[in-house]
Formats: sequence, structure tokens, C-alpha cells
Amino acid sequence: MPGRIPKRPPLPEEELLAPGHRACAGCGSALCLRLCMKALGPDTVVVMPTGCMEVTTTPYPETAWEVPWIHVAFENAAAVASGVEAALKALDKKDDVTVAVFAGDGGTVDIGFQALSGMLERGHDVVYVCYDNEAYMNTGVQRSGATPMFAVTTTTPAGRRWKGEFRPKKDAPRIAAAHDIPYVATACVSHPQDLVKKVQKAKEIEGPAYVHVLCPCPPGWGYDSSETVEIGELAVDTGMWMLYEIEEGEFRLTYKPRERKPVEEYLKRQKRFSHLTEEEIQRIQRMVDERWEELEKEGSTTD
Amino acid sequence: MGEVHVVNGNYSAAEAVKAVDVDVIAAYPITPQTPVVEYLSEFVANGELDAEFIHVESEHSAISAVVGASATGVRVFTATASQGLALMHEVLFIASGMRLPIVMTVANRALSAPINIWCDHSDTMAQRDTSWIQLYCESNQEIYDTVIQAYRIAENEDVLLPVMVCYDGFTLSHTLEPVEFEPEDEIREFVGEFEPIHCKLDPEEPMTLGPVGGPDSYMEFKKMQHEAMKEALKVIPEVNSEFEKRFGRSYGDGLIEPYNVDDADVVIIAMGSVCGTIKHVIDEHRSDVGLIKVKAFRPFPGDDIRRLIEGKDAVVTIDRAHSYGSMPPLWTDVKAHAPDVEVSSTIAGLGGRDIRVEDILEVIEVAEKGEGTDEPVWINVNV
Repeated sequence: MPGRIPKRPPLPEEELLAPGHRACAGCGSALCLRLCMKALGPDTVVVMPTGCMEVTTTPYPETAWEVPWIHVAFENAAAVASGVEAALKALDKKDDVTVAVFAGDGGTVDIGFQALSGMLERGHDVVYVCYDNEAYMNTGVQRSGATPMFAVTTTTPAGRRWKGEFRPKKDAPRIAAAHDIPYVATACVSHPQDLVKKVQKAKEIEGPAYVHVLCPCPPGWGYDSSETVEIGELAVDTGMWMLYEIEEGEFRLTYKPRERKPVEEYLKRQKRFSHLTEEEIQRIQRMVDERWEELEKEGSTTD
Repeated sequence: MGEVHVVNGNYSAAEAVKAVDVDVIAAYPITPQTPVVEYLSEFVANGELDAEFIHVESEHSAISAVVGASATGVRVFTATASQGLALMHEVLFIASGMRLPIVMTVANRALSAPINIWCDHSDTMAQRDTSWIQLYCESNQEIYDTVIQAYRIAENEDVLLPVMVCYDGFTLSHTLEPVEFEPEDEIREFVGEFEPIHCKLDPEEPMTLGPVGGPDSYMEFKKMQHEAMKEALKVIPEVNSEFEKRFGRSYGDGLIEPYNVDDADVVIIAMGSVCGTIKHVIDEHRSDVGLIKVKAFRPFPGDDIRRLIEGKDAVVTIDRAHSYGSMPPLWTDVKAHAPDVEVSSTIAGLGGRDIRVEDILEVIEVAEKGEGTDEPVWINVNV
């Protein structure tokens, strides 16, 4: 729908995440980081915890990063970023340099959650981006707190007793927002303009900003590597994933599908949901419907 | 000339940190270290120290934040003890592996269980192999002097390793002693401005820090860390003697401090505040006994110790920690460097149990009887 998307200046051609890294073909997370770097620009220090994007971009003595970059451990990216930000303040360089974290869902909603909460609560001026591929993909698709209900992973297989993941996805952006930080947003790599705009906003806002980006993963979710953007679009158009922002406490949808497609259209395209019965699909549909009804009651608007 | 103040060990550490003018402090309170964090907060709050203070939510984040800050090119400080140090464990390897000149003080305290807030060396001994330099102090003056020297050692370009300054919880951390504080401008001149040498997160010159090191490169990095430790064996005495020239105080050669060893038949090897008690025993009761105070546990000055104990009638170590199911750490290191010397092993003062004069006399007796050479003798224990 080209008419609905306002015109924006083209993104910089410069690639700050250089090609040649070792991510899989069709990697949604690599696409996410590439777009984020276009939004953030070269005066950025990137902090990353252990994860897919860390191991695939920095095999010594090579690196895909054209900006200063640091990895320390798995659960502490937000704490490391706090230290980098404090040091930049001490050096009087804070106004010229952005500190950004790119962390996977495991490094964010599970093992890195305490450090993230501390960083948000203390108010560090850091852009924290969670690239969410909904499981521990780096170690071979184990469930995380961000794995959606009924998704099969190697630690939540479907069998006679188990039906994939037991519980709905942890609502990390809402928890981030509960810290009363100036900016929280969700995005999806299938909607690059929306993503870039949000990351730019996150950069401009003083104080902590949290951007949670859904990043489809071909090997982990079980679809062809040419379909990443399409799968992302289906996640958004079925309402399985919402695009919104919370600015100074004000919730606002940034994209509302004219008519939500049935979730089945999203689920049936992925091997991780191929075991679902009609009943389970309907259960997911009800969860999604209820979530949207709640939103509508809140009187949310879109642009 | 400095000014003498009567202060506890934690204050002594905080005063040194202020004197070297650190840029970023990240710390989390834990007994018996807590007052260090409080004193530094006060200094920053009053504007006496111009530093960024990060009120982290755990020790894991404390060490992680100072790693991030140090990698950005500023001078940093953190402090902890016991469980807090154990929680930092993972990141300690990374701080040294990234060759960051971080300085941390540890108010030595026992590890749970049972939970115990009093002194022993279990906490720092458990971090022995993290590739941090470990310096142990006997007095509050030594804490002040060692923290200042620690920055010179850590930031030396042949070393570039983090330094842990260890002092006994309560025995030093909460006990008042007269300490001479030097004028801050002189300390700052002695320590110098911090210039990041090998790494800095700066968009002007982008670097990738903490990459993946596979089987083709990992071992080289690790061997270089060992070489840096060996360099520290040279640098620590240099800094010690330069400090002595300037401020008139030294601690042996900075690595070990022998006391009455030349004239002694029996030599005790020990670390930390118990060395004060041992010196008292030597002075008042046993002039035939000598002491080797081990100040640097990592790097371990094993050859120097071997030369001093060879030919003695009896040698004994006092460990305030244990390696359960084997021999305790100080004894093990001494024996590794002096395999031909009979060395008795004693364990004393775990979990804050007092090490009294009569306990030191018992340690000497163990050595004279040649006991404890293949199984440690536990001093003043009721099981």
C-alpha cells in the first residue's frame, strides 16, 4: 500500500555491519542489525551479549563491524553498556556518541533480564534493541522466555504428552515500559521504515530506549530462507505481532492491519507449528483476538 | 609529607581510590566491603572525587560495567567480597582476557555455607586462576599504598592485567589504625594520567573487542596472559621501590616481605593480617622463627620463596582457605616451586576464627615435629 507510507529520506548506503559475516541465508536478525546501524550511524558504540549475531559477526581476526564493538558475556550487555555510557560521560563525549545494545531474546528476556532492568531503572542513555527470533537459535533452537505458545523447539518438542511450548511469550516490551522509561517500541524486519524510524527516535531521545524487533529465523522456525520478509509480514498482518510504540507512557499503534488475517495463515507456513491441531490453532486465535480487544478498549490510535 | 589519620581499612582503600582520581566506579554493597562503597559515594556526592558512580543491581553487573568503562578508555574501580566475588567469577576471566587494567579491592570473607560474614581467604583463593594479579595486605597503611601501586602495575604496558587488592574482612576492613595519606597531587603524579594503550571503544578508530577466538588463536592469547604475569614479577618490585623512594614506605620487594628469615631455623609462610601476629610472636617469644609474608599470590614469587626456605630446619604454611580433598592453596604453590623442601601445612582462621598467639606457637610446633607434610593440620578446631 504505497500510498499509506509517508515519504522519508533514503537510508544511508554505507554498511556499518559489513557483508561477509557468517549469518544464515535469510537471517532476520542480520537484516535487523543492518537496518539499525543505518538508523544509528557511525558514531555508535555497539555492545552485544553472546548470541547468533555475536558469533557470526566477529570470528577473530575478522570482524563485520565498522563501528566500535564489544562483547563481554551473555547476561551482562546492559551492564557493560551502562559502563560504556558512564565512561563516555566521564570523557565528555556522551553528546557525540550513541551507545547501542543488540541482544537476542535469550540475552534479553531470560539471562540478561536483571542487568536490563538495572540499566533501564538507572536511566542510562542507551538504545537497547532486542532482536527476537523466539528461541536460543545460536545453540540450536532451544526454547526461551520469548518462545510463543505451542512452538516446537528442541527443548519443547511435541510428543504424546507435550504440545510444544507450554506458555505464551513473555511480554518484554511491556515490562520494559513498566520502568517508566521515555521510549519503548516494537518492530519487525518486514517493516523496515517503521523499524528505522523507531530506532532513530530511540537514538534521539535522552535516556533509555527499548526496541523489541521480531526477526524471523529460517532454520529455527522452519521455512525457506527466501521467505523471511513474508513471514514477518504475516506475523504483523495476523496480529500475532503488533507494531507499537510507548512514548513518555503514551501507547500508540504504528500499524494496524485493515483486517486481521487468521493466525492459521502465519502458523501453517512454519515447521515449528506444523503439529498443531485445529483446536490449538483456535486457542492461539482466541489469545490474539483477546489481546486486540484489550487494546481497542484502551482506545489506541494509529497514524 | 603525608598526614596521619586514624581510619579503618575500607576508608584507607576509598582514600586511595580518590587519590588516583578514578573516572568510573561501579559497586554493589556486601559485608565487610560496604563502607568502601559508602565512602566513595560520599566523595562523589561532595564533589571531592569527580567520577561517574553506577549504582549497579549486582556484583555481576558491577564488574561488567567496569569492564565496559575500562574498554572505553577510563580509569575504573570496583570492590566486593565473598559471595559478591563469586558472583563476578565469570567476568573476572573476561576482564583479564581482554587485558583491562581494572583495580578491585576485596575485603576477604568466607564463602557460604554456612553463611559467614567473617574473614578467611576462600573468596579470593577461588579466583586464583582468573589471571588477576592478587596482592594481600597486612595493615591499613598497606591497603592505601597497595591500591595506589595497583594502578601503576595494572596499567603498565608490559602487564595490562587487572589487580585484586585483598585485605582481611573486619580484622582490617573495620579496624582503626593510623594511616599516612599523601598529598593527592603527589599521588596523581606518581600514578600518572591513564592512557589506554591497546584498546578503546572510540568511533574515531573502531575496534572489535571480545571477538570469538577459535582453536587457532585461543591458546596464543592465554600464553600471552601468562607471559604478562611473569612481567608483573618484575614490574611489582619496580613500582614498590619507586613508591619507597617517593613516599618512604615499602613492603619487602613488593612480592614477598621476609621478616627475621636469615637468622631463623623455622620459617612460617603466611598472608594477610595474621602476619602481624606472627611478627609479634617472633619478637616476643621465638627469635629463632622467621616469616615470609606473601604479598603477591598471583603472580607467585615461587623461586624467591624457595631460595629463602632451602636449608631451613622447618618450614610451615598457614592457609586461610582450603582445597577440599587435596592440600590448601598456599602450601601447594610453595611445594610446586620447592619440591625438595619439606613443608608443613596448617589451616587456621576459617570463617573469622581468631588466630591467636598460642595458635601461632602451635603452628611452629607442627613444623618442628615435621607434621602436616601430606595432610594439613587444622589449628584450633573441635572436630
